[in-house]
Amino acid sequence: MKKDKLSWAQMVCEAEDKGLTLIDFLLERSAAQLETDKQSVLERMGGMFRVMEESVAFGMTGVKSNSGLTGGSAKKMKEYIEAQQIKTQPGLLGPVVGTAVMYALAAAEANAAMGRIVAAPTAGASGILPGVLLALKEKCQVSREKLVEGLVVAGVIGEVIANRASIAGATGGCQAECGSGAAMAAGAVVYVFGGTGKQIGDAVSIVFKNMLGLVCDPVAGLVEVPCIKRNAGSVVQCFLAAELALAGIGSFIPADEAIDAMDKVGRSLPRGLRETAEGGLAMTPTARAWTEKYFKGISG
Amino acid sequence: MNIFDIIGPVMIGPSSSHTAGACRLGLLARGILGQRPAKAEILLHGSFAHTYKGHGTDRALIAGLMGWQPDDARIPDALRIAAEEGMDFSFTPGDLGSMAHPNSVLFRLTDEKGNTCEVVGASIGGGQIMVTNVDGFPVELTGVLPALFVPHRDEPGVIALVSTILATKQINIASMRVFREGKGETASMIIECDQAVSPAIIAHLEQLGPVKLVRFVDKVS
Repeated sequence: MKKDKLSWAQMVCEAEDKGLTLIDFLLERSAAQLETDKQSVLERMGGMFRVMEESVAFGMTGVKSNSGLTGGSAKKMKEYIEAQQIKTQPGLLGPVVGTAVMYALAAAEANAAMGRIVAAPTAGASGILPGVLLALKEKCQVSREKLVEGLVVAGVIGEVIANRASIAGATGGCQAECGSGAAMAAGAVVYVFGGTGKQIGDAVSIVFKNMLGLVCDPVAGLVEVPCIKRNAGSVVQCFLAAELALAGIGSFIPADEAIDAMDKVGRSLPRGLRETAEGGLAMTPTARAWTEKYFKGISG
Repeated sequence: MNIFDIIGPVMIGPSSSHTAGACRLGLLARGILGQRPAKAEILLHGSFAHTYKGHGTDRALIAGLMGWQPDDARIPDALRIAAEEGMDFSFTPGDLGSMAHPNSVLFRLTDEKGNTCEVVGASIGGGQIMVTNVDGFPVELTGVLPALFVPHRDEPGVIALVSTILATKQINIASMRVFREGKGETASMIIECDQAVSPAIIAHLEQLGPVKLVRFVDKVS
């Protein structure tokens, strides 16, 4: 018998049928899977949140990667935002999105510098959720408990994506990594601001609408260029989608179908644009020159 | 798949294939040897051979051989610490053939008493791993469950004997695969179990005539 694919729409329906709030339904589902109780799921998720905070703090110190290609941009962003505040200008992105971008850079730079991170959904896309959630904590006074619940929502969205499509850049390109990270984070944002299950699905769908086709083309195969800035860009896509969904602007294409479309697009991407470092930005003259010099340096 | 496969694992960056998976490969290879190796000759294939330094794959492999978990903050310093603690290790880019996964590695490990083992495995994505060969035997070991590796002489009844002993000790078999070189020749069983297998049970299994040796390989987180 063929097992049905996981479906966000079906989960929202099931929660309603059972007369449960969405978060209770999702927690019960995860608790049953893990043969534990809801409280333990939340506690373990709280541990993940703590590691996210630590990786952001590490990244904010201005770490550099092993290769020397990247590092220090989160710190630079902080200095810029502080300088803008003195001029009483909030920065072009505004306080919430600007802070989220800064923290996403920090976590992604921590990852590149061999710091301790939560792969959520992957190491390459590990900056998005910490960036978004920590900005909500600091700039919107959302409680830690609520944010940890948001992580549960994000995690289940990720399960649906992994089940229907993929969260691996080698399989589906960057839309599957940073796209999925942004979709998961958008679901979490809609949840913590009181959106419905349908609105969460709308946000997921809107993210994929805007990130469909994004290729995975890391310079020299390293998780640095363009990965770190794509984490920052994904944060902006996350807030855009979440805010549209919260405004009641629905998505014509349901989340499950948008995820299926992402899967099909991923499969039709040429191999050179799926994490092989054989296409896209990785094959630009600048990238090739740096890569050649870099490999000469490490083999010599 | 569960929610903590998506929000998690906690790991040392930058890449689940190149650091978390590599660390788990080292842990599994260490588990197959049975202890921390005194000497490790490591051959890297494909993408591992090209990008291992930039990704810290070398440090993660050694960290696994040291017995550290993929989230151990010492991983960036693994090469230095392992050398200080007397581990003799080397890395060589090499070719494991066109059929090998791009992120493949071959470990030639020696323990303090001179026991050796040769392990071939790959980091197959998202931190998941697959060991495909142990001492020349084709196997499939993922490290998700505790497992027994049992090379034996191919003859009727060996599999039944081993599984009966496990059954009487309340060890549940989750999966079992048998490989052999040829009829009546050397064969190997890979038995994934739901429980860890105690030294007493292993000693019992080792007494069976056709069994050449029994290695318990614990799961790696």
